[in-house]
Amino acid sequence: MSAHLLDVVGLERHFDGLKAVDGISFSVAPGEVVSIIGPNGSGKTTTLNLVTGTIPAHGGTITLDGVRIDHADTARIAEQGVARTFQNGRVFATLSVADNIDVGLHSTLHASRPFRRLSGVFLLRWIPLLAELFIAVVGTPASRREQRRIEEVVETEIHRFEARLRPRRDDPAYSLSYANRRRTEIARALALQPKLLVLDEPTAGMNQTETAEVLSQLLELKAEGQTILLVEHKLDLVLTVSDRVIVMDGGRIIAQGSPEHVRRDPAVVEAYLGRRRGLGGEPE
Amino acid sequence: MFDTLIAGLLRGNVYALGAVGISLVFGVMNVVNFAQFSFFGLGAMLAWFFVAQIGLPFWLALILVVVICSALGLVINIAVVRPLASFLPLAAMLSTYAVSQILDNVSQIAFTAQFRVFPKVLPTSDFQVGNMRFGTSDLVMLGFTAATMVVMALFLKYGKIGRAIRATAQDQEAALQMGIPVALVQHVAFVIASALGGVAGVFIALYVGIANPTSGMNVGMTSFVAATLGGLGSLVGAVIGGFVLGILEAFGIHFFGDSAREIVVFVVLIAVLILRPGGLLGRVPLISTEPLTGTFLGKGRPLRIPAWVWLIAAVIGGVVVPLFGGDYLLMTGTQVLIYAIIAAGFTVTAGQAGVLALGQAGPIALGAYASALLTLHLPFSFWTAVPTAGLVAAVIASVLAAPIWGVKGHYISIATLGVGTVIVAIIRLVEPQGIYGIPGPQWGGVSLSTPVGFYLIDFVVLLITLGLMWRIRNSHLGRVISSVGSDEVAALASGVRVRDYKALAFAISAFFAGIGGALLAHQYTYIDPTIFTMLMSLLVVTIVIMGGVSLPHGAVVGALVLIGAMELLRFTPELRIIVYGLVLIGVVRFRPGGVLVRNS
Amino acid sequence: MSEIHTELLSLENVHAYYGPFHALRGNTLTVQKGEIVSLLGGNASGKSTTMKAILGLVKVKAGRVRFAGRDITQAPTSQRVRAGIASVPEARRVFPQMTVDENLLAGAFTRNDKAGIAEDLERMRDHFPRLAERRRQEAGTLSGGEQQMLAFARALMSRPQLICMDEPTMGLSPKLVDQVLDEIVRINTELGVAVLFVEQQAELALSIASRGYVLATGEIVLSGSAQDLLDDPQIQDVYLGKGNLAAAVA
Repeated sequence: MSAHLLDVVGLERHFDGLKAVDGISFSVAPGEVVSIIGPNGSGKTTTLNLVTGTIPAHGGTITLDGVRIDHADTARIAEQGVARTFQNGRVFATLSVADNIDVGLHSTLHASRPFRRLSGVFLLRWIPLLAELFIAVVGTPASRREQRRIEEVVETEIHRFEARLRPRRDDPAYSLSYANRRRTEIARALALQPKLLVLDEPTAGMNQTETAEVLSQLLELKAEGQTILLVEHKLDLVLTVSDRVIVMDGGRIIAQGSPEHVRRDPAVVEAYLGRRRGLGGEPE
Repeated sequence: MFDTLIAGLLRGNVYALGAVGISLVFGVMNVVNFAQFSFFGLGAMLAWFFVAQIGLPFWLALILVVVICSALGLVINIAVVRPLASFLPLAAMLSTYAVSQILDNVSQIAFTAQFRVFPKVLPTSDFQVGNMRFGTSDLVMLGFTAATMVVMALFLKYGKIGRAIRATAQDQEAALQMGIPVALVQHVAFVIASALGGVAGVFIALYVGIANPTSGMNVGMTSFVAATLGGLGSLVGAVIGGFVLGILEAFGIHFFGDSAREIVVFVVLIAVLILRPGGLLGRVPLISTEPLTGTFLGKGRPLRIPAWVWLIAAVIGGVVVPLFGGDYLLMTGTQVLIYAIIAAGFTVTAGQAGVLALGQAGPIALGAYASALLTLHLPFSFWTAVPTAGLVAAVIASVLAAPIWGVKGHYISIATLGVGTVIVAIIRLVEPQGIYGIPGPQWGGVSLSTPVGFYLIDFVVLLITLGLMWRIRNSHLGRVISSVGSDEVAALASGVRVRDYKALAFAISAFFAGIGGALLAHQYTYIDPTIFTMLMSLLVVTIVIMGGVSLPHGAVVGALVLIGAMELLRFTPELRIIVYGLVLIGVVRFRPGGVLVRNS
Repeated sequence: MSEIHTELLSLENVHAYYGPFHALRGNTLTVQKGEIVSLLGGNASGKSTTMKAILGLVKVKAGRVRFAGRDITQAPTSQRVRAGIASVPEARRVFPQMTVDENLLAGAFTRNDKAGIAEDLERMRDHFPRLAERRRQEAGTLSGGEQQMLAFARALMSRPQLICMDEPTMGLSPKLVDQVLDEIVRINTELGVAVLFVEQQAELALSIASRGYVLATGEIVLSGSAQDLLDDPQIQDVYLGKGNLAAAVA
């Protein structure tokens, strides 16, 4: 089990009686790119929301690097090394591209966020907060040194999208094009230096050229050894970039395996590609 | 004991009427409608005018109140609420807050601020059961409420428009797709709510025997809390909430006196928001689809202000005014400076963290009282007392506000209003008389308690405040706080503990509010609880919104216009508040980023 | 289905925006009387926005929307419903705390003929026996499939000529998906109502539609008869994963 970075066992979530995620289990090994595919409403995004703590699970366990995270809140999960993007590209609209990335670095900082272990502890949480305030107003030698590292990471992440984001570096995010928002979001997530990068339809609403760009960036990340959990509709992209593919339908996993295996699985062809099952359905 | 229960029922009766209206509007528009609060006061005053002044029969007065309030409600909905409600619920709420202040003060100009004795139109103690006394008046009120509720229930269940109201409340988008004219439905709901508000106002005047133009805010706030307790959007919940709160309040007053009233109400509010945010009967949506806080104010780029403008402003403010300004100009200038300090410190909460706190009068009062008591009773000088007062304000306000940071959407604004009101209510309970003879600043045995002395001290404090606020804004911490106001969900996903940073921003703002309050206290030499009103809170909010909600220097511009210009034009207090209200509505509607921000 | 095709709905070069985002970039499509037409495309391709443009839920900045010979480009939603366009919203969106009957009456809001409404109520109960059984039950307590039937019936209560359905199969199990598709066919053939529906699963959609339009980033990139579309290599690219985007990158 310890070979896995992420272990999900028997995960469940329902909305008003509708079982959106119905007892699924899967795992992701370090350096692996795992994709979840399936028709709309099959529970893909809900699964991502459960893994990142955006919504609480109703059953099952999630373990990251040996630590249970299924009852942790979102911020704590992010601190544990899970970064994510959202389906419709949630950037901090009033902050510039560079500042968005700066916020993404938040949980990796030490000198400008001292006493981090106390955060979240009743009353004592004020100690790191006030220390941060002190550093913001006065500063310490260590925080000034770290400031240089922050700037380096911001530049590195902008460099990843050099042609697209460099010219917009200091523009507020609300003024960006849709595709640039998605790029800013990925850059912000990578600034967290995540153990696990969770991407929710990174190419939604993008045209062919932009999609091809995302694909080559995903392949680059994969080459860097970044572990990725991906939800994506564009099958050709999924089959190209993934080490393993998980197919969901009606809140359950109906198949998983290598791209070649999944492509040939008749259950997948039926559920995902939409071959109509016996007209008239089953008699009741 | 039974008397207290009866008193509770009668108060609860009024709150139930009000709460039904508030809940109805919230259901179909997703807006907390402060404007409706004013109808309680207005209804009372109109009824007093018709009955006591003109001599109309009570039933005719009641009908006239219903007609006038309905018409006024419709106008407000068309002019202010609907244009904003569809996309900016928080902006709409803020605008209705402004409308309520305008209504209260127009009413005050029309009827004067006096407390009027409301005529006893019906006998109040002509029945006795056991040793309980009650009157026809009480029975009529309870009967009217019961009848109204039954009619409302039937209308909503079987009427075509009634059904459309329910459909709209449950799913506005789907209702629209069924061909239901949602705008019309919202007008109807608004009119009903306004009429109920007016009637509730008449009843409260009938019950307490006194009418006053500004009494609406209290009754309105309590009705709102009742609606929240029952579950906003649930009409049955509103009725239950109204009676429960009325009874709790009556017992609170019975045991702890009149000043316990507000504390009871707001403790209930905060408890409900934390323990059961959907109320007793309401349902909480699973995931909020839109960030409700703050963001609408943030878009647009701040205008770049060239260095020479800063320089000229500093020279005028720091040299020209103190050298050549007379005492009157200096005293007005000191007021501007103090409000600029408070508002500049508030930008981190309202603008960056996106929490539009509506109760800043609370921490201002804490600072004022702390500094006054420290200099009078302990060996503190002005110079040590003022910063200590800032710390005291920050600590106490933070402790009282600690439970509210998990509260969602624009409830958090209302929760901060509650915190502010509770602070002032506690001060009134502990120190009701006011404090005299607060010493001024001295330096080397020389008193600086002169207009120019206060002006220069406050000028320096403002410069320090602006410097600190800019440093925070341009730090990693500042960006993190801004991310909270921009998109909470994304901030959490980036590892930002949203609640902590809201609390920190509020503490910073409370610190500067406390400093401002302390400076006020030493300048006035006298303070009492009536200085620290909801209006003071509204003024602070209006100043930051006018200047650009996240810009510290915008606060200076806002204070110059709203304090300085008003004073120099010698506007009466009522007229000023009307101007504040209009400015707030205008800025929110047409220049949501503030006057120093270019819209985009 | 009628043999003589007469035009019921047409969109001519329609553009729409969400703020600065250009969501529809000159869409042109038609629906004939009594026809089933399917709108295909991935997420954020503009399918739902097209539906919104037809229902008047999004402002059309340029172009024209015509229905039954009338220009309705600027008409409010309630007028469109009166003219004969009904909607089955995405994710069903029945009114959860209203009973089944009340939901149906809400669907008939634009009508004033009491006798006709009562008659249609009976017809819906005949057509959907499950709804008759549950007429006094709150809609929120129905199962997903029942809610979908209720959404259909509610739309039919306005006596429409055209029903717009936004992803009627979303979130339903495979068995229910089949039932829903059968129901669409039944509504179409038995009641003669034209259907325009959004669907993500191309083969499912084209198994019941006579024609289809494929959208990508706000534009119609492909259209034709169901069979032509199924055979089209581009459709196979997008939906059957046989494309070679990777080669395009390399």
